[in-house]
Amino acid sequence: MRFAFGSGEGFVPPSTADFNLPPVFGDNAYTTKPIFLVVLSVLLISSFFIVASRKALVVPTKLQFAGESIYGFVRNSIGEEIIGHEFMRFVPFLFTLFTFILTNNVFGIIPLLQFPAMSHVSFPYVLALFSFVIFHWVGIKKQGLGKYLKGIAFMPGVPKAVYILLTPIEVATFFLVRPLTLSLRLFANMFAGHLLLLVFIMGGDHLIRGVIGLKIIAPFAFAFGIGMTFFEFMVQCLQAYIFTLLTALFIAGALSDEH
Amino acid sequence: MSFRTTAAEAAANPLIPHTAELIVGFIAFSLLFLVLKSKVVPMFEKAFAARTEAIQGGMEKAEKAQRDAEIALEKYTVQLSEARTEAQKIREEARVQGAAIIEDLRGKAQEEAARITAAAAASIEAERQQAITSLRSEVGTLATNLASKIVGEALDDQVRQSRIVDRFLDDLEKSK
Repeated sequence: MRFAFGSGEGFVPPSTADFNLPPVFGDNAYTTKPIFLVVLSVLLISSFFIVASRKALVVPTKLQFAGESIYGFVRNSIGEEIIGHEFMRFVPFLFTLFTFILTNNVFGIIPLLQFPAMSHVSFPYVLALFSFVIFHWVGIKKQGLGKYLKGIAFMPGVPKAVYILLTPIEVATFFLVRPLTLSLRLFANMFAGHLLLLVFIMGGDHLIRGVIGLKIIAPFAFAFGIGMTFFEFMVQCLQAYIFTLLTALFIAGALSDEH
Repeated sequence: MSFRTTAAEAAANPLIPHTAELIVGFIAFSLLFLVLKSKVVPMFEKAFAARTEAIQGGMEKAEKAQRDAEIALEKYTVQLSEARTEAQKIREEARVQGAAIIEDLRGKAQEEAARITAAAAASIEAERQQAITSLRSEVGTLATNLASKIVGEALDDQVRQSRIVDRFLDDLEKSK
């Protein structure tokens, strides 16, 4: 769409095409910004936590305390509280999940980086696949394949006639809805959030180039863009938390005999 | 209005994953998982365990100190009450002894006083007897001399003389 503004130039609102960034160099699908960001996140997370945990002091340094706070949050508030006594097996996975998603989300508002890698659906797909495989694997290992599948398809303590309705729903929930909602929730939040920021920042940029009347409005657009950045930060943390929390819930469900 | 081509539109469909990103995402996440699992989680767990141990050790130490203090306090309380009883007993004994000593001393003093009184009485009696005896002989001699001077008759016979004096004195005492 083109809007005829005073300047005569048209304003092209940000669209899904803005997420298809060209390769940084070369003509290669592996040299795009999201891929570099994901690699950067792995380097950053690894180095930060290795340095923070290296000494394992009883009285922690500030850095160790910072690392421990994040680790302790995932370990206790998500792992121990949701999964229960077997939680320690899953802490490394949940911890990786949380830090990986959080870092890549927050990249969306870090100056110069300013792109949430999770707004490219491939990454949430991969994470949801890990989550999907792990919680099913846990369930099968704990209860045996037959018993596990039977528990999903035929929820115990339900009248037989209800299975006509319940079985398709339950099967779809466990094998389709869960991984899809898990990945799409994260993707859509990051996608929409980034789009929103683009609208305000690019819109403000366009306005300030316009006639006097539009120039006056431009600061409001920028101010709103800044406000939305704070809001985005909250959403980014929240989505990392929700993804990890739901994965923990799925694992806990697979571990308990009556899912 | 500017429509992108349908091909571009399809490429821009945000729900279709990119193979490259799937591969990189998979490898990146797996690598990160391995690093965190092998290097970070054990270290944090080590720190947590050490901290728990330190806190528990500290608490146990504090508990032991408190127990010791309680035992010591109990011991001292017992000792204090024992000491009080002892002091009470000693005071009681002292009072009894003091009373006994005073009683004893009083008795002794009275005895002494009685003895002194008795000795004085005896000595007075002795002196009186002596005085009586000496008076008797002197008065006798004087009276005899006087009488003999008056009567003119020498009463030199000692025996007779003293008999007369005695009779005189006896009469004198009788007439008193």
